[in-house]
Amino acid sequence: MREFELVIIGGGPAGMAAAIAAKKQGIDDLVIFERGDRLGGILNQCIHNGFGLHTFKEELTGPEYAERYAQQVYDLGIPYELGTMVLDITPDKQITVVSRQRGAETVRARAVILAMGCRERPRGALGIAGFRPQGVYTAGTAQKLVNCEGVVPGKEVVILGSGDIGLIMARRMTLEGAKVRAVVELMPYSSGLKRNIVQCLDDYGIPLMLSHTVIDIKGKEKLEGVWVAAVDEHNAPIEGTEEYFPCDTLLLSCGLIPENELSRSAGIELSPLTSGPSVDESLETTVEGVFACGNVLHVHDLVDFVSEESVRAGENAAEYIKGKPSSPGTPVAVKPGNGVRYTVPSRLYPESVTDCVHIRFRVTAPVKGAAIVVSCGGKELARKRGRIFVPSEMIEVILKKEQLAGLSGDIEVRTEEAAK
Amino acid sequence: MTRELTCIGCPMGCALTVEVENNEAVSVTGNTCKIGENYARTEISAPVRAVTTTALTAEGIPVPVKTVGSVPKDKIFEVVAHIKRTTVTLPVKVGDIILDNAADTGVAVAATASMDN
Repeated sequence: MREFELVIIGGGPAGMAAAIAAKKQGIDDLVIFERGDRLGGILNQCIHNGFGLHTFKEELTGPEYAERYAQQVYDLGIPYELGTMVLDITPDKQITVVSRQRGAETVRARAVILAMGCRERPRGALGIAGFRPQGVYTAGTAQKLVNCEGVVPGKEVVILGSGDIGLIMARRMTLEGAKVRAVVELMPYSSGLKRNIVQCLDDYGIPLMLSHTVIDIKGKEKLEGVWVAAVDEHNAPIEGTEEYFPCDTLLLSCGLIPENELSRSAGIELSPLTSGPSVDESLETTVEGVFACGNVLHVHDLVDFVSEESVRAGENAAEYIKGKPSSPGTPVAVKPGNGVRYTVPSRLYPESVTDCVHIRFRVTAPVKGAAIVVSCGGKELARKRGRIFVPSEMIEVILKKEQLAGLSGDIEVRTEEAAK
Repeated sequence: MTRELTCIGCPMGCALTVEVENNEAVSVTGNTCKIGENYARTEISAPVRAVTTTALTAEGIPVPVKTVGSVPKDKIFEVVAHIKRTTVTLPVKVGDIILDNAADTGVAVAATASMDN
């Protein structure tokens, strides 16, 4: 049985950044398992620009961003195995993998970094009426078809959901000669970045229909069109507002879900709020020596933040391998309060914090003129102001080690309306 | 005249208020950095965009590309059409120029991924 000090599952931005960080901390006996045929993960199909402004201070496309990290993986001589699918992880870190080169195999690891990313919410999870005709795709599937396979899946398109992939694909399909009739969004606000609404929809005159949804799909063998209706404040369709859009393609951009089948098989506790592993401040899961980072942990809006988080996972895994005790002392819970959907981490060990703690979270709904307040037992630890906080943008608050001394009770992150 | 814009310079998407006179921005507020001011000025007088798309090899394999810099917004479709008429030969490296002057904009087009044949 092959044995490694560190196994990294996934060779996308999270896995590469974590591997590079661990290698730089002196971990030489490591490997990246990647199921695709090249490093880079989902970035390879994200050919639009906007990546890397934080990390490289310039605007890169997805493949360029991926290649900068892949180059470091090559230069540092970090071993990686492509076309290699991880099937199972046990709580004692035995990992079953399968590949064409080696067949099925079980390897053992002292530490594991989960970096499997996320997947799109499929049609089956949306509960749209109608048959199952050809022509309904998730936006990411269409993105892969267009950008990696050179196949444009349709000519007349409706997009359900205004997540960033849906917005990006509205522009992409338009540039490839398709007519995008509308982007339909259930919520009264878009879940995508504002810049993408400008440069992907407004630039091309594509309407964004907020508080609307697809209520029926017409077509049995092939998609013929969709019925769209306005929804009320309970997201229920309003009678009399139905409108029919003929189309041969419906793209779904209705949210991303961390991909945690392997985490579950390893007995890792998942957070019902993020659908990702519940982790402490070192990004260690509830199984000792197993760390998580990137979109498998919680869905990010910027890859730069994935890379930064993954460096911490890589460094902490290295510390663990070198013998730093896992989770010493008593943990303090970190909880979302008013207006906050989740926090990562969900618990922290003040004693094991070396320098500072990064707390990342999202608000539940857009709030204007509010402050983010981090407190513990009535004591305010941090306050962050902003003109507007929106669910589509992840927020970060950093607490210093000194601030964590002598805390009693839970740490709460909440939004606070400004005094009128 | 006042125009409201959303800056596309970075993911923050600052809400900009621009005072416009004779098709020129005379004042910009709401930006948090210089990028926002520059964006507002060009957006009012002559809007530009960077373009990303794919070029194909003779075998139909897509190669991701981008314009090296921005092109006038009203030239986007011509630029994409020019790229689609261009055949790429593999292998390519990131940054290899596949087109010197896209649709007479004076802007080059470069590969954004390294690909072997």
